[in-house]
Amino acid sequence: MSEDAILEMRAITKEFPGVKALSGVDLAVRRGEVHAICGENGAGKSTLMNVLSGVYPHGSYDGDIVYDGEVCRFGKIADSERAGIVIIHQELALSPYLTLAENVFIGNERAKGGWISWHRTENEAVTYLRRVGLHDNPGTKAIDVGVGKQQLVEIAKALAKDVRLLILDEPTAALNDDDSAHLLDLILDLKAEGVTCILISHKLNEIKKVADRVTIIRDGRTIETLDREEITEERIIRGMVGRDLTSRYPDRTAKVGPELLRIEDWTVHHPLDRSRVVVDHASLKVHEGEVVGIAGLMGAGRTELAMSVFGRSWGTDISGTAYKRGEPVNLRTVQAAVRNGLAYATEDRKQYGLNLIDDIARNISAAGLGKLSRGGWVDQNREHVIAERYREQLKIKTPSVSAIVGKLSGGNQQKVVLSKWMYTDPDVLILDEPTRGIDVGAKYEIYTIINALAEQGKGIIVISSELPELLGICDRIYTLSEGVITADVPRAEASPERLMQYMTRVREEDHL
Amino acid sequence: MSATTSAPAPQKGAPAPREGALQATLGYLTGQLRQLGLFIALIAIVILLQILTNGVTLSPRNVSNLVVQNSYILILAIGMVMVIIAGHIDLSVGSVVAVIGALAGVFNNKMGLPWLPTIVLCLVAGALIGAWQGFWIAYFKIPAFIVTLGGMLAFRGLAQIFLHNTQISPFDEAFRKIGSGFLPDLGGGTSYLEPLTMILAVISVVALATLGVGARRGRARNGLAQEPLLWWLGKTVFMAALILIVAWQLASYRGTPIVLVILGALVIAYSAVMANTVFGRQVYAIGGNLRAAELSGVNARRVNFLLFVNMGVLAALAGLVFTAQLNLAGPSAGDGFELDAIAAVFIGGAAVTGGIGTVGGAIVGGLIIGILNNGMTILGVGTEWQEFIKGLVLLAAVAFDVFNKRRASRSAT
Repeated sequence: MSEDAILEMRAITKEFPGVKALSGVDLAVRRGEVHAICGENGAGKSTLMNVLSGVYPHGSYDGDIVYDGEVCRFGKIADSERAGIVIIHQELALSPYLTLAENVFIGNERAKGGWISWHRTENEAVTYLRRVGLHDNPGTKAIDVGVGKQQLVEIAKALAKDVRLLILDEPTAALNDDDSAHLLDLILDLKAEGVTCILISHKLNEIKKVADRVTIIRDGRTIETLDREEITEERIIRGMVGRDLTSRYPDRTAKVGPELLRIEDWTVHHPLDRSRVVVDHASLKVHEGEVVGIAGLMGAGRTELAMSVFGRSWGTDISGTAYKRGEPVNLRTVQAAVRNGLAYATEDRKQYGLNLIDDIARNISAAGLGKLSRGGWVDQNREHVIAERYREQLKIKTPSVSAIVGKLSGGNQQKVVLSKWMYTDPDVLILDEPTRGIDVGAKYEIYTIINALAEQGKGIIVISSELPELLGICDRIYTLSEGVITADVPRAEASPERLMQYMTRVREEDHL
Repeated sequence: MSATTSAPAPQKGAPAPREGALQATLGYLTGQLRQLGLFIALIAIVILLQILTNGVTLSPRNVSNLVVQNSYILILAIGMVMVIIAGHIDLSVGSVVAVIGALAGVFNNKMGLPWLPTIVLCLVAGALIGAWQGFWIAYFKIPAFIVTLGGMLAFRGLAQIFLHNTQISPFDEAFRKIGSGFLPDLGGGTSYLEPLTMILAVISVVALATLGVGARRGRARNGLAQEPLLWWLGKTVFMAALILIVAWQLASYRGTPIVLVILGALVIAYSAVMANTVFGRQVYAIGGNLRAAELSGVNARRVNFLLFVNMGVLAALAGLVFTAQLNLAGPSAGDGFELDAIAAVFIGGAAVTGGIGTVGGAIVGGLIIGILNNGMTILGVGTEWQEFIKGLVLLAAVAFDVFNKRRASRSAT
């Protein structure tokens, strides 16, 4: 098909129970090029790379992987690494308390008969670290260097495995501008040395800088592959979002009332790296009866913004002011936030939203026990009555409200989370990815609930990775890019292309 | 007494349209396998030992001894199960028992304080010890394992310092009563059965039945699913019979031990706290998913702190009871109590990962250990074999749990 392809993936199809993550994806990568892969969150990029690197073994997917002219059947990651394919995941995989040298050779130790040769480890580590531009002492512990350097150590680790095809999944998502620029230069250096590179990125400016070609993936399908001269932001965005908006959203006529909540000049720093600004002087507001969306790509700071507002549950050095109905309001602890009529339904139900080993009724009452109790005693009969009420109202599919939450489906778990917060009778609900991982039918039900809440005069903030969803249910949409609110778009003026432009806009001048 | 009364989980599915009460009951019981298994194990052990010891196990004198001699472990187990539900552990309670015993000796014997100030001061000391450990655990986020391991060493040392490495004895008559005293004998010591004990037993049975009926009425009024009637009846009758049998044996001996009254009050109060109060809910919520609890507005630090203060007070109480029973404060008092209490909690069905457990379960777990100890001592089994067998029982109980959980998750999917 193409001249001198190092890799061809042909008609790759991968199914998970209930979901078709990839359906017939084709990808051809030429030897020595930097090939970018673009797509929305959930388009299937990571799944495709996991198929390639053997995370999903041969046999668990359909289609062929042709690498260096041979059909490959990788059964595990070690197989693909032996062939010179190394993937560096978004979440760095360094062992924090081991030294840089030890990390470079993790799983690939310089050893003889099980005994590690420390001289070789150290000497060779220095060589590899130099190649990626790191001049730190190889005896430094990984935790003592910044994220940017850790990312470089990951690449040194890949070089130590004699990498020929390097896959980088969102390598700059956690990096600041300098570190990002340095990393991109390194990618070009490696290309000059003959390393082929697949770069998964949301950041269109980075792609324009380093990529020779771009393949766009949407909804588990290859849309098109662009050559360098064809690469334009407009073209990529159209490819990423150009899905038909036939998915249905319930109708609602907004009755927008007076202002409910306003956040001004909200700035949040990363809890582990205080120098990193994650939310940068953000200001936003929501009115009674209004559904407001926050659109942003992975790493834009959406969840961080929401959680820092909700009782400072995330981040350090938080500054800014919150106003409720025009008056400054204390949201410094979760208790204060709940008391002042705020609710936050997390994007990660299992980690942050539910007590999975407890039953539905107790999960629903968890945030509103104050209303259910007198003198510290919980009225358990009323608790069950209320749980039954939400079960009917939200159509939670369960034989009994005494069922354990961990055994419910994702959609039903999400309804339990919503019930929990609805019971606290908040004025403002922040819903973080309310439909993530749930099926289409349940999604429609969740939208209906959101509409009903807005109808009651509540202010709703919806964070979502799915632009059609935001366009389908919101009255206004804020776009967030690298912690900065780049636009406030009314629904009438919003289109996926326009939003994506703002979501990928990089800050012109430094706000620091 | 057991936590079954407090957590009336309705049967799976809406109340089946009269498919026969027996089937409904049986279906319900499979969901209650764990609790049922624990109880059956306890009864089986009692019957086995009763046969092996030719009736000594359930003799009036031995029943009385069983209650008295296990009381301090059971008191510790109540505090321990709460700590473990929240996802922590407390290794220091044995040493706290020793320190409190030493303090009681200093107050009561050396300084000549009467029993009441001695007890109050010791309970306050327990609260301070708990607050000290709770401070590091809750506000400094040092794992409880470390903090209480340090406490285990430090308080053992402190006990020896207070005692100047000797023993303090005796204690005055009134103080000793909380360990080995009995309620006054209304029959004047001449009646066949001590009347007060039987009166208390009848009152308990009536209260048990009334509360049970009240709870069922409340659920019915709100249109909620009930426990199957047959199961509830059986359970209540069984509990009543148990109370009456134990009371009969106690009444045939010297009446009601004072520590039984203390223990009974604690079990009722703490079962209620864990099952019915906001605080109890918050303990389960923290143990089940700490982040989710915090994001639901639970002040986890405060809850953790209070849990350890509470554990300190209960450990102090256990120390007082133990010291009063022995009529002696020694530097090695309470050695290994923490392990007995922790074993009781896990035999009683608590999860190592937190979020699961009941006060009633911990008490039954503690009774299983206590009765095994007692029976094997009567049979003349050496302590080496006693330890060995207790170890196997603990492992078997938790293995049964794991097996049961796996079976349940398999049938669910």
